[in-house]
Amino acid sequence: MDITLQAPPVSAPTSVEVRGVIRRFGAVTALEDLTLQALEHEVVCVVGPSGCGKSTLLELVCGLQAPDAGSVSGAPAVYMPQRDLLFPWLNALDNAALPLRVAGASRAAARAQAHPLFAELGLDGFERARPEALSGGMRQRVAFLRTLLSGKPVLALDEPFAALDALTRAEVQRWLEEALARTPRTVVLVTHDVEEAVVLGDRVVVLSPRPGRVVAELPVGLPRPRRRTDADVVALRERALAALGVPA
Amino acid sequence: MKARTILLPALLLLVLLGAWELYARLGPLDPLILPAPDQIASSLWHDRGLLWDNLAVTGREVLLGILVSVVAGVGCAIAIHLSATLRRGVYPLLVASQTLPIVIIAPLLVAWFGYDIAPKLAIVALICFFPVTVTTLDALASVDPDAIKLLRTLDASRWQVFRHLEAPAALPGLLSGAKIAVAVAVIGAVLAEQAGSSDGLGHLLLQAIPQLETPRAYAAVVLLSALALLLFGALTLAERLAVPWAPRTKRRNA
Repeated sequence: MDITLQAPPVSAPTSVEVRGVIRRFGAVTALEDLTLQALEHEVVCVVGPSGCGKSTLLELVCGLQAPDAGSVSGAPAVYMPQRDLLFPWLNALDNAALPLRVAGASRAAARAQAHPLFAELGLDGFERARPEALSGGMRQRVAFLRTLLSGKPVLALDEPFAALDALTRAEVQRWLEEALARTPRTVVLVTHDVEEAVVLGDRVVVLSPRPGRVVAELPVGLPRPRRRTDADVVALRERALAALGVPA
Repeated sequence: MKARTILLPALLLLVLLGAWELYARLGPLDPLILPAPDQIASSLWHDRGLLWDNLAVTGREVLLGILVSVVAGVGCAIAIHLSATLRRGVYPLLVASQTLPIVIIAPLLVAWFGYDIAPKLAIVALICFFPVTVTTLDALASVDPDAIKLLRTLDASRWQVFRHLEAPAALPGLLSGAKIAVAVAVIGAVLAEQAGSSDGLGHLLLQAIPQLETPRAYAAVVLLSALALLLFGALTLAERLAVPWAPRTKRRNA
């Protein structure tokens, strides 16, 4: 098996530091001695088989759970669950502006602050639309925008594209890359889709089946935007799959 | 579809009324026992002053009673939702309160509160707060836990989670509970009036029968149904305006 540790880039500070974490639920050990780092503005994609504790890892990063052993530290993180979870009683703009409202802004101030980004990221004209009137891809973009507007330096994304069809998924992935290029953040993205991890990540971290621990780290280092058919992407995907124990 | 929702029940009602009219006129029963629909309609017109005055009394009891029960029901639901201790301690008592036979409690409440509006409100509220509590509580409890996690990573306080997520999410449940409540509130008000009062449609009903004014008694029943229907309609409208996002019953073969 090919395990490559990424050489730490020049001087980027660490945004997320998970060190020797153990997390148990009753008799089940979800994570065992898991160590993982994300540097500032790095996109770390965590892949692993179903039930390997990926969601638990994100909740630990967000401080929604505490580890049974080991430590989790780093900059504040915002959680983005699998489904978009837009509030049906708010229109698209108000949904995106929710973090600003929670932070204490008035409704008008929150809208005024959210609107420029809303327009900038291609959601212009949909401000007043109710979530139910939006397509799945649009809903996911609004949910991303809400996550970005939290202003937290770390985004913890739980299978953010899982609910989208293949065509929409590619589109929203490209959109997310653009959004991150404009407002860089540290991203920890968990997915079971190896290809997605290679297309989006600066680094791919492969977890073992439960109890989850890191079995491989693959630096991607390919120019963006990447396409899933690029030879380098395919090669990396095969390496990640091999690390997961999937025969070629 | 709009036309069908009105036409079909109207047609059915017409058929039933026609059958009733025929049976009352040609059947073996004395009109004092079963008046024909036209006699009831005539009573509705001729006794309109008397009926209206008593409808106003009952209507006030029902409206205020529902108001009290919504406030009490929502209060109970929020308190139980926020406190596991209250859920364990109070919820069983609320369920038990619904097993009290109202017919027996009503005279006791009248003896306690007197003949004025207080015992009526107590009885209407006792019947009505329960559906409001249960539906509101269920709606509060069925909020998506992932949405709560999301808000917590946005550093939302307990109050903000309630204000931005739980309260709006519970509103459709509250309104469903209120719709169930209006249907039973009218029954509650009538029972309360019959247990002791000097006016109201329940009182009128009780008096009309020994006075051999059977059509008037039926006219009172018609008005009571109309009152419940009107309130139900008003709540359905309120639902449409206040919670346009709620999944509305689209079960019909649209």
